Amino acid sequence: VSTQSTGPLHGYHTMFAIARSALRAPVRRTFAASASASVHTLPDLPYDYNALEPHISAEIMTLHHKKHHQTYVTGLNAAEEAYVKAPTPKERIALQAAVKFNGGGHINHSLFWKNLAPTGSPETKLSGGEFKEAIEKAFGSVDAFKKELNTKTAAIQGSGWGWLGYNKATKSLEIVTTANQDPLLSHVPIIGIDIWEHAFYLQYKNVKPDYLNAIWNVLNFKEAAARYKEARSSS
Amino acid sequence: MTYELPPLPYAKNALAPHLSEETLNFHYEKHHRGYVNKLNQLAAEKPAWAGKSYEELIKTESGVVFNQAAQIWNHTFYWKSLSPNGGGAPTGKIAELINEAFGSFDAFKEKFSAAASGHFGSGWAWLVRDDNNKLQIVSTHDAGNPIKDGHNPVLTCDVWEHAYYIDFRNDRPKYIATWWNLVNWEFANSNLKP
Repeated sequence: VSTQSTGPLHGYHTMFAIARSALRAPVRRTFAASASASVHTLPDLPYDYNALEPHISAEIMTLHHKKHHQTYVTGLNAAEEAYVKAPTPKERIALQAAVKFNGGGHINHSLFWKNLAPTGSPETKLSGGEFKEAIEKAFGSVDAFKKELNTKTAAIQGSGWGWLGYNKATKSLEIVTTANQDPLLSHVPIIGIDIWEHAFYLQYKNVKPDYLNAIWNVLNFKEAAARYKEARSSS
Repeated sequence: MTYELPPLPYAKNALAPHLSEETLNFHYEKHHRGYVNKLNQLAAEKPAWAGKSYEELIKTESGVVFNQAAQIWNHTFYWKSLSPNGGGAPTGKIAELINEAFGSFDAFKEKFSAAASGHFGSGWAWLVRDDNNKLQIVSTHDAGNPIKDGHNPVLTCDVWEHAYYIDFRNDRPKYIATWWNLVNWEFANSNLKP
């Protein structure tokens, strides 16, 4: 068993290296005669399906985790298996969209569950410290940060994600968005907000701003602060 | 000139039990109407494009203006692609053309369904024709519209999650299967070159 650092999957490995910490399941790459690829699994939700009520309903959490995220995991395993077996560059290129879509979906949702926390839990409080100060410095105030993240996330046409990201080059916190299930590669993900309709539709229908306001009650600022600290120290 | 929301071709409960009244209420009154309201808001600034038709805006604009115009057009076309009396096998000229282009209705159904369910993210699956009535299946992403690429749309299926989430949750393939019970062959025939 070995992980390849060169060859046709090199760029793909690099992409995943950036988001590796998001995927707790071990990623084994075997290039034996059977050419079986890695096996990703659906991570457990760190809380009960109803823990984010009334802000995000149990029905949404259940479907989102058990159906949507599971589908990305299943799809990723299938896409990677096919990719490893594909004998030509052309065939591998044809499979890249499926790897990107399902892989991105798995990465993004794995990050997402951890950046949410049960309603009323201490993790949902943004307490004073390095992270809060950094936000105030970057955006003027926590309110201004919230407004910018919500506005930019709501403005996404179609499906995608709004992020608070850490820019390692400029050592600053910035709001960025990604389309579809593209993983965030330009920044270290600190907070991600899923704005695909499946993330909110059953409860909020077309009223995205209501969902975006509600989710602030269940963002895990402790996790965000930890990600920020790690991003800063690994600059 | 203000942009107006075209009327729904049928009552909101007319597509039940396939698509619920609740879905049509939200899809038409909130999403479709929302695009019209937004376009009017943007047009109120009296920019150069204000007053142009949806087709013109689709062909010449980009960004938020394109998104509203295209989504208004796309949804109008979608409502017409469905009918309470729709479904079943195609009849008329479209049936011949489908056989010519795809071999059989079943083969076309399989390909179109695959395009619709397999689209990554938000978008639309289209049956389009060229000037010789040669049929083709194309997918567009988000607000994308095939007239921008010179295609002539014949039928469309909305695969944004808001189109099916109330009735089918995450099960897009089941929604697509339902679309076949509503497909408006009369409308498809009316979009062919005579």
